[in-house]
Formats: sequence, C-alpha cells, structure tokens
Amino acid sequence: MADQPIVLEMRDIVKQFGEFRANDQINLQVKRGQIHALLGENGAGKSTLMNQLSGLLQPTAGDILINGQKVIVDSPSKAAELGIGMVHQHFMLIDAFTVTENIILGSEPVNGLKLNTKAAATEIKKLSEQYGLDVDPNALAGDISVGMQQRVEILKTLYRGADILIFDEPTAVLTPQEIDELMTILKGLAAEGKSVILITHKLDEIKAVADQVTVIRRGKSIDSFPVAGVSSQELADIMVGRSVSLFSTEKEPAHPTDTILSVSDLTVKDARGVEVVKNLSLDFRAGEVVGIAGIDGNGQSEFISALTGLMPSASGKVTLKGKNITNKKPRQITESGVGHIPEDRHRFGLELDMTLAENIALQTYYKAPMSKAGVLDYDKINAHARELIEKFDVRTVNELVPASALSGGNQQKAIIARELDRDADFVIAAQPTRGLDVGAIEYIHQQLINQRDAGKAVMLVSFELDEILNVADRIAVISHGEITGVVDANETSKNELGLLMAGMSLAEARAQLAGE
Amino acid sequence: MNKINSYGTGLVAGLAVFFGLMVGAIIMLVSGFNPVTGYVSLVQSALGSSLNIGEVLRSMTPLILTAAGFLVAQSAGFFNIGLAGQVWVGWIASTWFVLVNQSMTPWLSIPLAVIIGALAGALMGALPGWLRAQFGASEVITTIMLNYIALYGGNAFVQGLPKKLMTTTDMTVTLPTEDSLRWDLLANLTGGSRLNIGFIIAIVALVAIWFIMKRTTLGFEIRAVGLNPDAARYAGMSAKRTAVTAMTISGLLAGLAGATEGLGTYLNIFSQTGAPQVGYDGMAVALLASGSFLGIFFAALLFSILSVGGLGMPLASGVPTELVSVVTASIIFFIGANYLIRLILVKIDEDDAKQKAKKLAGPQKKGRNDKKVEKEAE
Ligand SMILES: Nc1ncnc2c1ncn2[C@@H]1O[C@H](COP(=O)(O)OP(=O)(O)OP(=O)(O)O)[C@@H](O)[C@H]1O
Ligand SMILES: [Mg+2]
Repeated sequence: MADQPIVLEMRDIVKQFGEFRANDQINLQVKRGQIHALLGENGAGKSTLMNQLSGLLQPTAGDILINGQKVIVDSPSKAAELGIGMVHQHFMLIDAFTVTENIILGSEPVNGLKLNTKAAATEIKKLSEQYGLDVDPNALAGDISVGMQQRVEILKTLYRGADILIFDEPTAVLTPQEIDELMTILKGLAAEGKSVILITHKLDEIKAVADQVTVIRRGKSIDSFPVAGVSSQELADIMVGRSVSLFSTEKEPAHPTDTILSVSDLTVKDARGVEVVKNLSLDFRAGEVVGIAGIDGNGQSEFISALTGLMPSASGKVTLKGKNITNKKPRQITESGVGHIPEDRHRFGLELDMTLAENIALQTYYKAPMSKAGVLDYDKINAHARELIEKFDVRTVNELVPASALSGGNQQKAIIARELDRDADFVIAAQPTRGLDVGAIEYIHQQLINQRDAGKAVMLVSFELDEILNVADRIAVISHGEITGVVDANETSKNELGLLMAGMSLAEARAQLAGE
Repeated sequence: MNKINSYGTGLVAGLAVFFGLMVGAIIMLVSGFNPVTGYVSLVQSALGSSLNIGEVLRSMTPLILTAAGFLVAQSAGFFNIGLAGQVWVGWIASTWFVLVNQSMTPWLSIPLAVIIGALAGALMGALPGWLRAQFGASEVITTIMLNYIALYGGNAFVQGLPKKLMTTTDMTVTLPTEDSLRWDLLANLTGGSRLNIGFIIAIVALVAIWFIMKRTTLGFEIRAVGLNPDAARYAGMSAKRTAVTAMTISGLLAGLAGATEGLGTYLNIFSQTGAPQVGYDGMAVALLASGSFLGIFFAALLFSILSVGGLGMPLASGVPTELVSVVTASIIFFIGANYLIRLILVKIDEDDAKQKAKKLAGPQKKGRNDKKVEKEAE
C-alpha cells in the first residue's frame, strides 16, 4: 500500500459559507487502491469537502490535485471527466427505466443515431463481473431492492470511468445483510486499483474495510493514520476530542409505573387494503423505554403512523392516559402529549426550505408565546430556537438559515430538540440516531434515558439491535405486523431477538436456542 | 443544479426584462424604426404627463391584486390559472350590485359591492381548491375550464339583465362617478385620469397579504403546506383546509381586481370575448416578481408603463402598438425561460473558471467525454 502513488490530494481546502467556515484548511491524500475513511462529527464538514470534489461546490481557497496535476472541478460533469464519481445517498435513478438504461443515461453509446444498447449491456456485464456487482440489467429500477439500486449507482460511476469513488454514508439505508455485501464490494473495488473515499459514522465499518482514516473536527483535518491497530474507542475519542462511552449508556434500572399509552388489537391497512399491522396489543408505561425491534418493512412505520394520526387504523383502540386517541387528528394527538421523532426526517420531520427557527417552532407556532391571535412573534420564535440550538448543540451558522443548510446529523438534532422540548408524556423515537456520529448518538441515548427517568414513556423503534439492547428496558419484536415476543432487555440475546424477528414465537425461539 | 438556483432572482428578472427589451429593439430595427426613439417615446408617453402617470397607476391596480393572488396560491402549491375568470365574476357581481342599488347611498353600496365582488372571486377560487383537495383534480385543468364557464356564464348574465340597465345588448349603462370608486382628488391630481380608490385598495391589500403570508400563522401554514405537505401534516396542519383557504384568498384578490375594473376603471359591464386579460397578466407579473411582494409592485409598474406607453408610441414615433405587445410577450417569454437564463449565468461562471483553470494547468485536453458532459449538464 505504502508504495502506491497518490491519486488525489486536497491541499488546504477552505470553504466559507458567509461568516461560517465549514472547511478550514483541510488536507487529504488518497492513494491508489486505498479505502480512505473520513471520520468526523455531524457538521464537521465531510459532505462539504466531498461536494467540492464532486463539483457541486467550489472551494473558497486551496487546491485539488489529481495525479499530481492541479485541477478545477467546477461541475459534476467535470468531476466525471476527471474520474471522480459520487455514489449519492439518495439514489438518483429513474424508476421507469431499466437498470441498463439508468447506467448509460447521459453517456449513451451510439451507432450513428441509433442507441447501441447491446454494446452497453456487454460493457456493464463485464464491469459487474469484474467488481462483483450483482445486478439484473433488465429489471426496472423502481422494482429492485435498495441494495441493488446502490450497486447500480456504483456501476454508473464505473461505467463513466471513475477511478475515485466517493461514498457519503452509504450504509445508512441498508439492511445488515446489504451492508456486508457493500463492504465486500468496496474491498473488491480497491483490489482492482480504484480508490474509495468512505464517509461513515459506524466505526466497525471503518475498522472492517478502511486502510487509512482522516479525522475532521470542526472543519479542520486533525489527523490521518492507518486504521490497522487502532481500536474503535480510540477512533471515537480522537474524532470527538474527548472520551466518549461507545457501547453502553449509563442507566439505572427502570422503575416503570402507570400505563401511559395502551394499544389494544390495533389493525392498520395500507393503501391497497393489506393488513400491515395485525391485532397488535402493547402497553407503554411511565419510566420505561420500550424498544420495537424488527426488520425494516414489518409494519413499524404504519404502526407509528397510526399512533400519531398520520394513517387511519382499521380497528382496535389506542388510549393515552385513559383518553381514547384512536384515529384522532395529528394535532389532537400531539397536544394530548405525544412527541414524535419521525423515521424519515426529510419527508416528515422538516420543512427544508423554511428557516431552522421556523422548523423548531413547527409544532408550537400556533400557540403563545410563538404567536398571539394568529400573528407570529418572530423574536420569540428565533430566541427559542437559539436556546434549543445551544442546549442540544445543533451546529449551525445561525437559526435563520434554511434547514437544508444543516448537515444531516444536525438536522436530526434539531428535530429531537423540538420534540423533546415539548415535555410530552409519550415519546416516539423512530431511528433517532440514523446518520449521527458516536458523540451525538451517546447524547441522544442519554436524552431518551433522561426522558424515561423524568417519568415519560418512551418508544424506541430501531433496526439496530445494539441500539435497542443498549437503551430499551423492554423489547417488543415485530414481524409481519405482529408482536412475536416481548422480552426483558437484560434477559435476552441478539440470537433470540433474531429468531423472533424472523417470525418465531418466543416459546419456539427459546426451545431452539436451548436445543443448540 | 444547486448552483443554478443560487443566482439571485432579482438578477434573473432584470435580465429577462433586458432581453425582452432587446428583442423589441431588434424587431424595431428590422421593421425600419429607430429603437432609441421608440423606447424614448414609450417612456414619455407613459410618464410624460400627470394624466399618463395616473393611467399607469390605474392600470397597475388590477395587476397588483391578481399577481398577489397568484403568489398566495403558488405558495400553497397551486397554479391558479383561473384568475381571469375570478376577475370577471368579481367585476360583474360588484358592478351589478351598484347598478341595481342606485338608490342606496354610495357610502354603503360601494363598500358592499366591493365586498360582494371579492366574495364572488373567492368562491370561484375556492371551488378548484376544494376539487383538488377532495378529489385530486388538477387545478390547472379545472381553472382553465372554470374560466370558460365564468366567461360565457357571465356574458349570458350581462345580456340577460333588464333592458333599463342596458345601453346595447352587450353593455350596461355607465354608472355616475358618485356611484363608483372614482375620487375627484385622485382624478384632479392626475390631470383627469381614471385613477381611483382601487389603487389604494390594491396597495393596502398587497401590504396585508405580505403580512398574512410572512407574519401570521395562516401564512406559515400556507407556506409549509406548499413546500412540504407531508411535514405540514405531521405538524398537525390540515393540508386540505389550508390549500382551500389559500385558493380562496387568491380568488378573493382576483375578485377585488374585478371590482376595481368595474367600479373604478370602466364603470359598467360589457360582455367579453375572452376572460379579462389582467388575470393572465397578473400571472406574468407574479412570475417576474418571483415570490417577492415588493417585486410585484415594481413588476406591475413595468407592465403598466409598457402598456400605457405603448398606446402613445404610434403617435410619437410611428412604432405600432403591436410592437409593445411583442416586447411584453418577449419579457414574459424570458421569465418563462428563467431557467435558461440561470443556465447562461452558470455557463458564464464556468467559462470564467475554465479560464482560471487554463492559467493554472496549462492547456486542457479535449476528450471524447466532452459531449456527454454537456448532455449531462442539461
Ligand atoms: N449551503 C450552506 N450554507 C450555510 N452553511 C452550510 C451550507 N452547507 C453546509 N453548511 C454548514 O457547514 C457545516 C458542515 O456541513 P457538512 O454537511 O459538510 O457536515 P458533515 O460533516 O457532512 O456532517 P454529517 O455527518 O451530519 O452529515 C454544517 O455546520 C452546515 O450547517
Ligand atoms: Mg454529511
């Protein structure tokens, strides 16, 4: 590795947004065949740095060198020309096109005026075999799994001749199985001489595949070193600049008291009339975190939507502190004491084009002191936002920027600040730490525990078993819209949860584990 | 993409106007007129006398109202093409009310008539809003259809009015100026122009709408629903109700515009061959203003200068008025081509950067990639 040439160098990159320096003299050197991880807290400036490499942003100062040559990357097409490819987190595929059509879109091989799809298909086949990127070239992009969509995105960059591939948080949307596949693909790319820049907040992913890691803290490149021999704990500490507790959140045993929210025989049907939540019954008590474990797409989203009034429930009953809230309107439910950190923060959690302050007031704008007699008081709205920004350490230039200008992690923090600030009796946290750095995860977990200790009922929905095991006191496993088992967090194991998630009953799972 | 949106809307609007004027100039040249004299005479005809200034302000009145109406609907995610029909029903309802109540004191009949006109427009706006909220019917289609219904229904209504209210089969009698929005003070100030209280109504309405949109919970909801209906629903807003409210306000403003046309400018009703043009011009004004309320004032001013000045052009310079329509049309075209202008700005920037790059890295290699690169940029 050491003898490989440096293919990419970023020198003293400065990126200024108004008064704010998102990148402050960052240095980065990437070698041929290397998997180079970028590690940094939310808002450290990683995406900003990569956007300058992929031509979406121009540096305020500093140089970019490709193979030792100074270059100006002033557009995404220029980046492609220079062999830089970005695999976007939000895939940009056209659903109605086939995989092949999507890959060649924008660089179609032509025979005179005729599209030469055949030549393209051969080329794609070659690439997909060479790099182990399993795709179905004739399937429609809208029909394939998220993992395969991502492979199509990778093929797309390779097809355009990329030598340097950038992955910005590629695993946030993948299942554990798909994550493993992606890790193998990344290694394959490196083995074939491609350079990979990987941004991820998951330290074990860095440990598993990266050769080198560059740490960015508050816009500055702090250090760059080989990954081998460094522990996850050390990585986390150097990233945050203090010692963080990685694996378990400090918490006392729970002392659950009264039932706050009670769900009985809840059934929810999706738009096509299919039952996606079936006769679900579950109680949430004050002073307890209940984790909902399950594989993505087993009814969790619909369950939450029904509880929060975003989707009607077909039958069953939901009561909050004895009050029937079944099929009430979202605002009535919110006002009766429900906080909701939504799973999809861009779709539900934020008005991306409104200011951060307006977003923080999104649930309270119509009440005093945010407004009086229908007239908004922006002094109060902005002051309240500044207070929460400070309290929840949301990194932003100020409260008046549009929410879209915040880094992904800081958007999430703003939502969490808004929802926890309202003193709700029942807090729903759906994938609350997706895309967050370890320091922020620790912080959010602590906040959820604090809510619990303050006598709130907390529901934590997560696809990550570590998170559930770490934070929840009681775990309900959901499979095909049904609760397959409810277990005490201290008395279960990942294996047991895995079997429940696969649809076994608790008795079957315990029998199988005892038999092994 | 990001970059394309980063250019100031003011700059783009300014360029649209500039290109529009250039096209007009070229056409004048080609047809053998001197564009400088042409434009000078246009500005002189529009602003050269207090009478003409009064007419410019008068012609701004309905444009400000319809443009504000368009903007409110647009904020909620609606493309209200129905402004013209909403203007027409507002015009008819308000003027008809005064025609049949001439015994009433104008202190009562005029305010009532203005309110009735506004409400008629509001109903016409609420209907397509409700149709979309309830059944998902595209407002683009329904408002175009409703424009026809308003046009022909309105014409039939006018033609069916009692004989004693009519001068011809197509035109009602003219109201006495006491029974209208005319105000001697304004007329005298502007050399006897038709400038009337409608202008004051329009300015007050513009400020009020700015306040509603930017400073009230209703405006907050309209913006939130328009930008991201899912997040609005999550935050407990009723996306449907808010959308209908926005369309109602939009129609209300158009109805007001109609009232100022009937009670301020023409003082009668006459059947139309098409739904009133101010409805469509208001859309163009709003687009040129690109979301800014102050911008609406200036865009309406520009459009009015062009139309009033255009009337005087043939006399002063021999340039036919049709040419003024060409200039206005080209400005509208360039606003529509807004995206194109942004693209040009990006290109200018890129060329600039390329120059810098050349200086840095010496000659760039041109490869087979260049073509596909351009394709992608589109
Ligand atoms: N267009 C912009 N205008 C103003 N500030 C911006 C803009 N884009 C980014 N920033 C700020 O720059 C900082 C760095 O953002 P960036 O998205 O690069 O962070 P990141 O390291 O990718 O974080 P995360 O891990 O949360 O994705 C943030 O504080 C963000 O608010
Ligand atoms: Mg980022």
